Amino acid sequence: MIKLIRVFLSVVIASAVLLFVINRLNSAEGFSSGNTITIYNWGDYIDPDLIKRFKDETGIKVIYETFDSNEAMLTKIKQGGTTYDIAIPSEYMIQKMKEENLLLPLDQSKLPNLKNIDERFMDLPFDPNNKYSVPYFWGTVGIVFNTKLVGDKPFTSWNDLWDPSLKNDILLTDGAREVIGMGLNSLGYSLNDTNKEHLHEAKAKLDTLTPNIKAIVGDEIKMLIANEEAAVGLVWSGDAADMMGENENLDYVVPSEGSNLWFDNMVIPKTAKNIEGAHQFINFMLDAKIAAQNAEWVSYSTPNKEALKHMPKEMVEDERFYPSPELTDKLEVYENLGKKNLAFYNDLFLEFKMHRK
Amino acid sequence: MYDFEGFTLDWYKELFQDTRLLIIVLNTLVIALLSALFSTIIGVLGAIAIYQLRRRQTKNTILSLNNVLIVSPDVIIGASFLILFTTAGIKLGFYSVLLSHIAFSIPIVVIMVLPKLLEMSPTLIDAARDLGASKWDVLAKVILPYITPGIFAGFFMALTYSLDDFAVTFFVTGNGFSTLSVEIYSLARRGISLNINALSTLLFLFTILLVIIYYFITQRTKTQVGGIRND
Amino acid sequence: MENKLTRNIYMIPYWLWIALFVIAPILLILYYSFFDIEGHFSLVNYQKFFTPVYLKMTLSSFWYAFLITLISLLVAYPTAYLLTKTRHKHLWLLLIIVPSWINLLLKAYAFLGIFGTYGITNSFLEVIGIGTKQILFTDFSFIFVSVYIFIPFMILPIFNALNELNPSFIDAAHDLGASKWTTFRRVIFPLTMDGVKSGCQVVFIPALSLFMLTRLIAGNRVITLGTAIEQHFLVTQDWGMGSTIAVFLIIIMFLFMVLTGTRKRGM
Repeated sequence: MIKLIRVFLSVVIASAVLLFVINRLNSAEGFSSGNTITIYNWGDYIDPDLIKRFKDETGIKVIYETFDSNEAMLTKIKQGGTTYDIAIPSEYMIQKMKEENLLLPLDQSKLPNLKNIDERFMDLPFDPNNKYSVPYFWGTVGIVFNTKLVGDKPFTSWNDLWDPSLKNDILLTDGAREVIGMGLNSLGYSLNDTNKEHLHEAKAKLDTLTPNIKAIVGDEIKMLIANEEAAVGLVWSGDAADMMGENENLDYVVPSEGSNLWFDNMVIPKTAKNIEGAHQFINFMLDAKIAAQNAEWVSYSTPNKEALKHMPKEMVEDERFYPSPELTDKLEVYENLGKKNLAFYNDLFLEFKMHRK
Repeated sequence: MYDFEGFTLDWYKELFQDTRLLIIVLNTLVIALLSALFSTIIGVLGAIAIYQLRRRQTKNTILSLNNVLIVSPDVIIGASFLILFTTAGIKLGFYSVLLSHIAFSIPIVVIMVLPKLLEMSPTLIDAARDLGASKWDVLAKVILPYITPGIFAGFFMALTYSLDDFAVTFFVTGNGFSTLSVEIYSLARRGISLNINALSTLLFLFTILLVIIYYFITQRTKTQVGGIRND
Repeated sequence: MENKLTRNIYMIPYWLWIALFVIAPILLILYYSFFDIEGHFSLVNYQKFFTPVYLKMTLSSFWYAFLITLISLLVAYPTAYLLTKTRHKHLWLLLIIVPSWINLLLKAYAFLGIFGTYGITNSFLEVIGIGTKQILFTDFSFIFVSVYIFIPFMILPIFNALNELNPSFIDAAHDLGASKWTTFRRVIFPLTMDGVKSGCQVVFIPALSLFMLTRLIAGNRVITLGTAIEQHFLVTQDWGMGSTIAVFLIIIMFLFMVLTGTRKRGM
C-alpha cells in the first residue's frame, strides 16, 4: 500500500513539473496568446524557416498541425473542435469539401500575389475561378525506375511494367485511383472512367501483373526504392524527386498513354477564425521569392511562374518535373466520381490486393 | 535509412534547439503518466467491482464489455471518440487526448488486476471481517497489498498503450496539441528524419536509465517479503 | 444499506466509463452499420460481408491471429519461466517491456532495414552461404514482427501467474515422486492457466485487427479485418461498411471471451 502511494505520488509530482515546464515553453513561444493562425498541412510540407519569417513580418504566430491523408483531414475538419484557418488538401478532396460546404470563399482582392501563378493551373474544373483554393504544389503520377537494376530497358508505356523480366521487382503506391488508374490507362481508357466493364477489364489486367509486384506500400516506398529494395515503382512525381535526390541511379517517366495530374491547394476551411490572417498567409506563400525558397526546400513542382525565375536552372528546366504545356495537356485531373463509383474503385482495389500469386 | 555515412551529433544538437519538438515530447510524457495513473485507479476499482459481482452471467457480460476497446481497431475508437467529444462540446486538445487515453487504458488494467483478485482466497477477506476490519480496512490492508503486482503490471501496460498510440490521438487532438506518435506518423510522408530517430533513442535510453534507478532504489528500501524460496 | 451505498460511490467512475466509452461507441457503430455509402438505411453492408471477399478475409485474419498467438505463447511461456528464476527478475521484466514503449512505426521502419534485401539478415545469410532471400513482404516477416510486438503483452500476465505460484506445490509434487515434466503438466501449467488465458486474450484479439504492419511489413499481401476497417474509415469513407466489419469483430470477441472465460471456484 505504501509502495503504491509512493509510486502514484511520484507520478503526480512528475506530471505537475512537466506541465509547468510545458506551460512556460508555450508562453515563451507565444502560442498561448493573441494573434495566431492554425495551419493544417501534410508533414514536412513547408520550409519551417518561412513560418518564422511570416511571424517576423506580420506578427501573426503560426500553429502548425499535420495530417497524413486527405480523408483523415476531412474527418477532423468536418467534426470541428479545432479552429483550422488554413488547410492544404488535394484537388479531389477540395471538390468534396466544396460539396459539403466545408470551405469559405477566398477574397481575391486580398491576394495580390495570385497573379504569380501560371494561368494553366488556374480556373481548373475542380474549382472554377479559384473561388475556394489557390495552388500550392502540383505534379504527375509515373514510373520511377533504377537504371542500374533494369539495364537500358526503356520505360515509355505503362505496358512495360508487364515485362516478365521484372518479376517481383515492382512496388506500387497504396492508392486505389492510382493503381486502378494505371490499369485503365494501360488499356487506353480514361482515368475517370466509370464504365463497370472497363473497370473489370482493368482489374483483370492488373491481376496478371501480380507476379511482378513485390508489395503495395505507403510513404515508405521512397525509402524502399532509394535503397534499391525493388527496381521499379508507381509513384507521385514529388516522391520521385525525393528518391532521385537520394539515389542517382533513379529516373522518372510519365508514360505516353497518359497519367494523372494532381494539385495540392491552399484553402480556408469553415472552421477558420482568423480569416484575415489566413489571407495574409496565403498571399505570403504566393510571393515569388518565398514560393521559390519553399519549392527548393520541399522539392515538389511549384505552380508559381514568377518563383521559377528565382530557382536553380537545372531544377526548373527538368522536363520530368516541370513538363511542357503540351505534355500536361495530355494528362487528366481526377474528377470526383461520386461515392458509389469511388466505392467500386475501392472494392476492386481490395480484391486486387487479395489476389495472391 | 541504413545508408549511414558516419557518426555525427548534429541531430542531437538540432533536437535541443527545436522547442516545438520539445513541447511535443513533454506532452507525450505527461499524457502517458497521467492517463496511466487515472486508468489504473479506475481500472482497479472496476476490477474490484467485477470481482464482487455474484452472478457469473453478469460478470462475463461486463468483462466482455470491458474488452471491447481492446479489440476495436484504433481507427474506430478514434472516430467514435471524436464524435463523442464534439457532441459533448469538449474542446479538442489536452483534455480530450487525456480522456481518450484513460478510456482505452482502463480495460488493460482490469485484465491485469482481475486474475490477482480471483486467485486471492475469499477466506482472507472473511477472516479480516471477522477480526473487525471495516470495509476500507479490508480494501487498504488486505486487498490492495495482495494485488499490488497486478496494479503495477496494469500501470505499465497503460503507459505502454499511451506511448504507442497514434490513431486515437490523431482523431481527438486539436488546437495545436500534438504527441510524439502523431508527429512521427505525419512525418512519414516525407520520410522520417534522423532527428526523430535521435529523439527516440534519447527517450529510450532515458527510460531505461529511469527503470534501472527506480529498480535499485526500491530494492534497497524493500524488506524481504516472505514466501519466496531461498535456494 | 450503507454498505451498498459506499460500494456504489467508488464504482461510479468505472460504470461511467463503461457507459460513455464502451456502450455509447458500440451503439454508434451499430447505428452506422445500417447505412449504405450514400447514407440510406439498408442492410446492404451485412449482405456484402457474406460475399467471398470478406469471408476469405475473415478466415485469413483468424489464421494469422491464431499463428501469432500460438507462437507468442510458445516463446513467452519459457521466457517468463526463466525470468522468474533469475536474480533480478523484476528488472529483467521491465527491460523486456521497455522496448514496447518505442513507437510502432519506428520499430516497423527498423525492421524494413533489418529484413531488406541489403539488410543485416540478408548479409548474414550471404555470409553463411544461404544467399539472399526475400524476407520482407512475406508471411514470415509479418508473423515475426507481430510476435515481436505482442510478446510483452503475453509475457507479463504469464510472469505474474508464475511468480505467484506457491513453491510448496512444486515441492509437494516432487516429494510425491512426480517427474519435472509431470510437475509442469499437472501442477505448474494448470495453476498458471489464468495468466495464459489473459495473455491469449490480449494478443489474439488485437491481432485480428492489426493494420499498420499489414502494409509496412507485409506490403498489403496480408489483409486483415483491421486493415479493411481502416480502409473503409479513412480511405473509402464508407463508415457503414467499416462499422459492419467492426460489429462482426466485436461479436467474435464476445465469443472468444466466453470460450476463454474463467469458471473456477464456483463463479
